Order: sequence, then structure tokens, then C-alpha cells
Amino acid sequence: MTQPLLADYFPILVFLAIAGGIALAMVGGSLLLARQKPDPEKLSAYECGFEPFDDTRRRFDVRFYLVAILFIIFDLEVAFLFPWAVALGDIGWFGFWSMMAFLGVLTIGFIYEWRKGALDWE
Amino acid sequence: MIAAAAFYLFAAILIASAVMVVTARNPVHSVLFLILAFFNAAALFLIAGAEFLAMILVIVYVGAVAVLFLFVVMMLDIDFARLREGFQRYAPIGAIVGGILFLELVLVLGAWTFADQAEALRIAPTPPSPVTNTEALGLLLYTDYIYLFQAAGLILLVAMIGAIVLTLRGRPAMRRQNIAVQIARSGSVAAEKVPVGAGIRELGIRRPPPPEETRRLAEPAHGEADHGERH
Repeated sequence: MTQPLLADYFPILVFLAIAGGIALAMVGGSLLLARQKPDPEKLSAYECGFEPFDDTRRRFDVRFYLVAILFIIFDLEVAFLFPWAVALGDIGWFGFWSMMAFLGVLTIGFIYEWRKGALDWE
Repeated sequence: MIAAAAFYLFAAILIASAVMVVTARNPVHSVLFLILAFFNAAALFLIAGAEFLAMILVIVYVGAVAVLFLFVVMMLDIDFARLREGFQRYAPIGAIVGGILFLELVLVLGAWTFADQAEALRIAPTPPSPVTNTEALGLLLYTDYIYLFQAAGLILLVAMIGAIVLTLRGRPAMRRQNIAVQIARSGSVAAEKVPVGAGIRELGIRRPPPPEETRRLAEPAHGEADHGERH
């Protein structure tokens, strides 16, 4: 049941435990030891600061969304490249051209988006 | 022992954060809980032995998909008061849809039978050999499952073109950078050597009219500015 793989990741578990412990100690320590005197003035805007004029939550341009979704697609393409690069010695020319066809299809999409100007900002 | 304890810890955090995704009042908070859920799912993948999937989950889902969700949440322009308004009215319909989905899940899981070998293979996705997890995936994906792999490429292409078609609007006032024109223009702009010590009038360079003339020209139009100057 126990795998050699998990032994490699044990230090990360230790780091996680340490990070959680330190975070808890800092927040808990300041809660327990510090004097608590809540006051509404402490939360108000300081001196020259002013109350916000309107809501922070406002609509913004859909082009940010377009850039994000194009980023995800190429991110996934790169994710497919990793196992291919590791196993390339064993899968031979067939595996190589398989990946080239995959990249070719995505290059068609890339040319399309370049020609449409989806990557241009004003 | 440690692996089992870690499994229960991560699974508990995963379920708790998934519940928080649904119940959190602020949608931005629920996206942040979703990111926590992704991290815990990656840890569960790691415990199950799927190292590559765990890393891809962190890179793709936490790095890209969660950012996209944040974009969408911020773009929705959510009015919280209006969001809560129809809750009572829509609750029965939502309960019916949820109940049907739950019933379907029960039916599917009730009819589920495990293969005899599955019990042993469940915790060991890779054969006990020097082949690593990523390599085992690479050995199968590009040759044995080539059709599915190419279909994945086509799906990505469709997603790319669909996103562009749906969101790209041609702006009439948009000024694109035309690099070819920019480079070709450099011939018409040239530096010129000017004799040292000569005044600009001798060189024939036009200069702005002297200040008295401008003031005389501008005075009738800018009476108020003059008025302000006197104060």
C-alpha cells in the first residue's frame, strides 16, 4: 500500500504542517495575548482618505476574458507536451508525428486568432 | 499510516471547502474556496499515485481556470440584493432538479460493480517497474489513444475559435499597430546637419509668432481669462 512515490513528497507534508502551525500561532497568539479594544474609528478611513464613491464591483471589458481563455488553451497544449517529451524515446516516429499533427491543428487556431487580431490591444 | 491520515485530512478539507463554495455569500470567496478544493484534490491524486495529474491540476486548474472564474465573477456585475430576491420562489424547482440528479447518482452507483483486478490496481496506476507516472502516460497517450488525443486537439481548436467568434467585436475607432507601415515611414524622417552658430531665421526654419501677437489675437476670445489674471 505504501508507495515509494509518497516518501518523496513527505517533506512537502511537513512544510504544510509547519506553515499551518505558524499561521495558527500568529493569529491565535495575537488573539490571546494582545489587548482588544475595538473602536469604529479604527476601521474608518484615515485622515485624507475618503469613503469610496461607488461599488468596486463593476463590469470590465470582455477582452480580458478572451485573453484568459486563449491562455488556458495554450496552457493545456503545453500540458500535453510534458509526457510526450518524457516518453519520446520509446514511442518512436509514430508518437512524434502524432504530436506534430496535434500541434498543427492548434497552429491553425493560432494563425486564425493572429489574423483576426484577437491578440491586439487597441 | 501517514498516507491514510493525510488522505482523511485532505478529503475532509476538500468536502468542507466544496460546501463553502456553494454556501459562501460572496462569489469571490466561493472562487477562493474552489481554489482550496482544487489544491486538496491535487493532494488526493498524489496519494492515489497519479503524480502527473496532481501537478497538472495545480497548474491548469489553480493557475488558469480559477483565474478565469474570477474574471467571470467580476464581469457578472452581481447585485447581491437582487440575487437573493428569487430564492424562495425558485427553491422548489431547484429542489426537484437536485432530487432528480441525486436519484440518478444513486441509481448509477447502486448498479456499479468493480472488476476483480480493480481492487488491486486502484492504488497503483503505474506498473511496479522503473517507469514513472508521467512516462507511463506518455507511452499510451500518443500511440494507443491517438484518436482521442487528436480529438482533444480539435476540441481545443473549437474552443479557441468559439471564444474568438463570441467575444471579439470589431471596433471602428480602433487603431491597430501596422508594423510594415511604421518601418517604411522611417525613410521620410531624417536627421539634418545644421551649421553651428547660425540663427534659426537664417536657416529658414519657421518659428511661432512673438508673444505680443498671440495675445492680441487671443484677447477678444479670452476676456474671462484676462479678467482672472487681474485678480
